Amino acid sequence: MNTKKISDGIWYLLLAGALVLPFIPGGIENTFHGHVLTMVFLYASMAQAWNIISGYCGQTSFGHAVFFGIGAYGAAMAVVQFNSLPWYGAPVGALVAALVSIPISAPCFRLKGHYFAIATFAIVEIFNRLFMIWDWVGGAIGLDYPILEDGWRNFSWSSDKTGYYLGALFLFALVFGVVRWIDSHRMGYYLRAVREGQETAESLGVNSSLVKLSAMALSAGLAGLCGAFFAQYNYRVDPPMVMSLDMSMKFVLITILGGLGTFWGPLLGAAVLIPLQEYTRAYLAHLGSGVDLIIFGLIIIYTMIRQPTGIMGLIRGLAPRGRDASNDGGDR
Amino acid sequence: MPPPFFREVERIMNHFLQVLFDGLLNGLVYALVAAGLSMIWGVMDVINFAHGEFLMVGMYVSYWIGFFLDVDPLFSWIASGAFLFIMGAATYRLIIRNSLGKSAMAPLLATFGLSMVLKNFCMNRFTPNFRLLSGTVLEGKTISVGGAILSVPQLATAAFALVLLACLYWMLKRTRLGWAIQATAMDSEAAELMGIRTENIYLLVFGIGGACVGITGGLMTSYLAVYPEVGSLFSLIAFVVVALGGFGSIPGALLAAIIIGLVESFTGFYVAAVVKYAAVFAVYLAVILIRPKGLFGW
Repeated sequence: MNTKKISDGIWYLLLAGALVLPFIPGGIENTFHGHVLTMVFLYASMAQAWNIISGYCGQTSFGHAVFFGIGAYGAAMAVVQFNSLPWYGAPVGALVAALVSIPISAPCFRLKGHYFAIATFAIVEIFNRLFMIWDWVGGAIGLDYPILEDGWRNFSWSSDKTGYYLGALFLFALVFGVVRWIDSHRMGYYLRAVREGQETAESLGVNSSLVKLSAMALSAGLAGLCGAFFAQYNYRVDPPMVMSLDMSMKFVLITILGGLGTFWGPLLGAAVLIPLQEYTRAYLAHLGSGVDLIIFGLIIIYTMIRQPTGIMGLIRGLAPRGRDASNDGGDR
Repeated sequence: MPPPFFREVERIMNHFLQVLFDGLLNGLVYALVAAGLSMIWGVMDVINFAHGEFLMVGMYVSYWIGFFLDVDPLFSWIASGAFLFIMGAATYRLIIRNSLGKSAMAPLLATFGLSMVLKNFCMNRFTPNFRLLSGTVLEGKTISVGGAILSVPQLATAAFALVLLACLYWMLKRTRLGWAIQATAMDSEAAELMGIRTENIYLLVFGIGGACVGITGGLMTSYLAVYPEVGSLFSLIAFVVVALGGFGSIPGALLAAIIIGLVESFTGFYVAAVVKYAAVFAVYLAVILIRPKGLFGW
């Protein structure tokens, strides 16, 4: 049995298990655990979308809140401003996010190291301020959803949140499915080649600019879809909520904690950080505000000092080495 | 009585002067905040993400000293500077040294974690309320320069920043310690072979970087309210100033900070207060795309 088969097995088992869960009595219906699981799938999808450009392709972007925000505004604008359905707004938002990502990242790719990182911070701040003063999208007040009929048509549920759970699971299956496909096809090799050495990749005939831009557009589009779900789930959108540096950092931290540039990393990172954050927020509330974020910060510091390769690095360190000849040592 | 036309011209000129001076004074303060970051970046190629939170801690130190012991910010900056020197050095010893070289992003993200801890600790202990010291020596004093009215506390902070920047520059260029720091920045292995204890240099640079923001924060409490989020914006502006000036360059940081201060005050007054930071970051992006390593970068 090689790692590919094991990985396939885990993937289908996980999807099947997650799909069956809401139909088991007392599974997730109306519980806090249901909310936490929904958030795990959402943040895992966001982190995986970010992982395409930053993990596989090696361009660490701190600007994904912009694309996430555009997607969120896409869904919210369709519902609030056009009295239409989020099903039209979400793809439009994702497409706009992908299109916007190309002109803003093309010049930034020329910058190296920290200069690239700071340029992407600056882009988040610029978009944040522009949306603050743009009245058509609600300005600083943001967009508040009207009361809508429950169901898949409006993608909104007020009491039974199983629909949101299934939506997040679908998003998760889509984003992770896309990355699984890329990972084992030509594009995945291009991405990793550019990450490991742009000049070498180019000398072998890889068009590195095209690879980076298409990875960025795909990553931005998927981040936009996650944003649309976020808007539907929270029933409102405003600039600090979706287009802030803190939101950008969530993409980064979850992936890095799980394992940068690995398929399972984003899921593991989300599966650890999100429940931790939600449960500490709920159970340590009596200690005052901010305790959950203090713990979050301490975990990040500790991880960066002890285990910068994340949970995947920890697992790989535990696995026995060199005994299994069929172990192809792939990225999974 | 001058004719109305001249009064109108005078009014416009006064506004212009006022905006110009505001931008200059803010720019000088930004320069000192950024100088510490720039040194750390230049010597170690590390971005200290908690830099703005260091500023916030410096402000709280000076605020509580003023509140409980009734010491004016004109003197308590010494305590803030000393406190942040120790905090900077401790950050290096406990966090940076252990995350250096493991991955490119590790020190940046570790200091981001530190910034979350500091910000939320202050939020938890001191509440999110805005706190402003009252009854300070310079409170409310203003002087008028050619029709523009300048606040004395802000002027004093800016003047102090300029003096301190000059000292820092002199130290880097003229003393043996400064040469050792520059040598470490250029090639740490070679510097080590020449007998420079690079480990101590790193510790010192982090300490000095902390002290710079500590002193600025200590002085700023005389005219700016303290609250847990106060550092966030200064962090971002400091990053932009350093990247715009070119890393490790004190004159670059000074020039970039003044540009940023002026862009901020002019767009804030003549366009709209909300867009001033959008303009600051747009100017930064425009410059960085033409000169990818900043104005004074190599």
